[in-house]
Amino acid sequence: MIIAVASGKGGTGKTTVATSLAQTLSRNNLSISCLDCDVEAPNAHIFIQPNLDQRKNVDMQIPKVDADLCTGCGRCAEVCQFHAIVVLGGQTLVFPEMCHGCGSCALVCPEDAITEVPQTLGILEGGLASDGIDFGHGLLNIGEPMAVPVISQLKKWRNYMDADIVVLDSPPGASCPVVESVRGADFVLLVTEPTPFGLHDLRQAYELTQEVNIPAGVIINRDGIGDAGVEAYCHEVNLPILMRIPLERKIGEGIAQGKTLLDIDPKYEKQFMQLYRQIGNRVEAGGAQ
Amino acid sequence: MKQLVILSGKGGTGKTSVTAAFAHLLSRSDAPFRTVLADADVDAANLELVLSPKILSREDFRGGQFAKIDWDTCTGCGICEQVCRFDAIGDASQPQFHRLAIMRVAESDTPNAPIPDLPIVDTIACDGCAACVYQCPVDAITMHDQVVGQWFRSESRYGPLFHAALGAAQENSGKLVTLVKQQARLLAMDEGYDLVLVDGPPGIGCPVISAVSGADLALIVTEPTASGAHDMRRVLETTDHFDVPALVCINKADIYPQGAAEIEEFCRQKGIQVVGKIPFDTLVTEAMVQGQTVTHYAPDAPISHALGNVWDKVASKLKDIQP
Repeated sequence: MIIAVASGKGGTGKTTVATSLAQTLSRNNLSISCLDCDVEAPNAHIFIQPNLDQRKNVDMQIPKVDADLCTGCGRCAEVCQFHAIVVLGGQTLVFPEMCHGCGSCALVCPEDAITEVPQTLGILEGGLASDGIDFGHGLLNIGEPMAVPVISQLKKWRNYMDADIVVLDSPPGASCPVVESVRGADFVLLVTEPTPFGLHDLRQAYELTQEVNIPAGVIINRDGIGDAGVEAYCHEVNLPILMRIPLERKIGEGIAQGKTLLDIDPKYEKQFMQLYRQIGNRVEAGGAQ
Repeated sequence: MKQLVILSGKGGTGKTSVTAAFAHLLSRSDAPFRTVLADADVDAANLELVLSPKILSREDFRGGQFAKIDWDTCTGCGICEQVCRFDAIGDASQPQFHRLAIMRVAESDTPNAPIPDLPIVDTIACDGCAACVYQCPVDAITMHDQVVGQWFRSESRYGPLFHAALGAAQENSGKLVTLVKQQARLLAMDEGYDLVLVDGPPGIGCPVISAVSGADLALIVTEPTASGAHDMRRVLETTDHFDVPALVCINKADIYPQGAAEIEEFCRQKGIQVVGKIPFDTLVTEAMVQGQTVTHYAPDAPISHALGNVWDKVASKLKDIQP
């Protein structure tokens, strides 16, 4: 089973939930992969403390033009949807920062003057944590705009997806990096806080799960702060609230130091096991429909 | 005209609350800058929730294109699927494409027709590269675009606000950020404003790069957590990469003073000015529930004083920068 943790708004506790859930399941003898798909601001390793001894570059294929073969016909520039290759004064120029690595230019070049060369977008790191979690994350290079290829390659790396349970920690927001992160998941846990900002962004995130047709449930973090808007919305759209984590100084301090909820208070192991069973029941019920 | 962008790396550190407080402080008659506001977090546009904007105009935002395969022409040769590098084309034998094929048939003129054994495009995964269009031997594939969001010009409680709403599961948030900022700058130039204040998105990727581009100064709002410090370092590397000077303020500084001290030490070593520490206070949320900024809701609270001090330091730095 693949469980993605997403949120819309940043800083609502995605990583807290993802790492605590992964830790709970590995302590209960299940084979667990945990992938941190927030390749722009990855933090799950701080809580899981894996031994990151595996590394792989994430490359994108970008065009390289052989000036001797190129006739300047401009077919490549015609097909490029991203203005990443242009012909100026008979010379064909490539702008790597605009390129999406689709390979269309190389396919259409009548002179076979375009080869593709790898450009590194980021790096994948992986390894085992002491509690047996098989962990992986991606790091987008500084100044590099495209997070999606790093996420998609992370999800294809090292048989992570073959584990009994895969926990995916998604980036915040509701656009393409989140879609790539939750793609293929059986269930999305939406972590929110009961505030107007939390509600606004929960709506976006929930709409995303509907767009990609994955069942979802909500975890309310910092329960007790704010207002009743999130609760009312969940009832209105029939979105189940699966867990609540209270606003407590002890939790805030512990997380600041890189502790999971289980490290802070062992009672959470039982709560996360219950959460996992609820998710399992919902996924099974959905599959039977 | 100058441009100040508020960033954080990690989400939820308080970018929008700080931006809104600055907007409030900048609306006073003795403020050093006349300001246009821009919300560059188009995935999670929250600034409007505390600025009560009145929308003056709205425009559609057309996003990137997606491919569509005409099943009447398609021969099922499979070349499109082979050339697609975004796993966006498949046929009904694969589960995620099976669902799409069922939906497409159901919405067609012949909803009871059998599901054909032909490729279909997952429009959400489609990158819009059109490689399949050019490789299809029977010209069965065409590109289409769609409205993926809207952007707005508003008059807010604290001056002009440019903001946007990107539809869920859409791409091109960087382009929409660029558009929102461009419109804010145009108004600022036309009407003689001195400052564009940009509420940035989390992370360091495409929308952040669009938000940083052209900025004269960045304020990084961090928090004294292991995650906050980690992501602050990555966003500082990003502002450095684009040659934008950066200041740091530590929000919720009292939840873990040791973490705040570590951030201060890191910044001291790197020569980055820490312009203040803001305490954790549930007044921020109380104010948010009332649709207000904390500096307006509780002007005499310690947190409002702290925000005022941070703003004074940022303003003095901004004045020193030559645009």
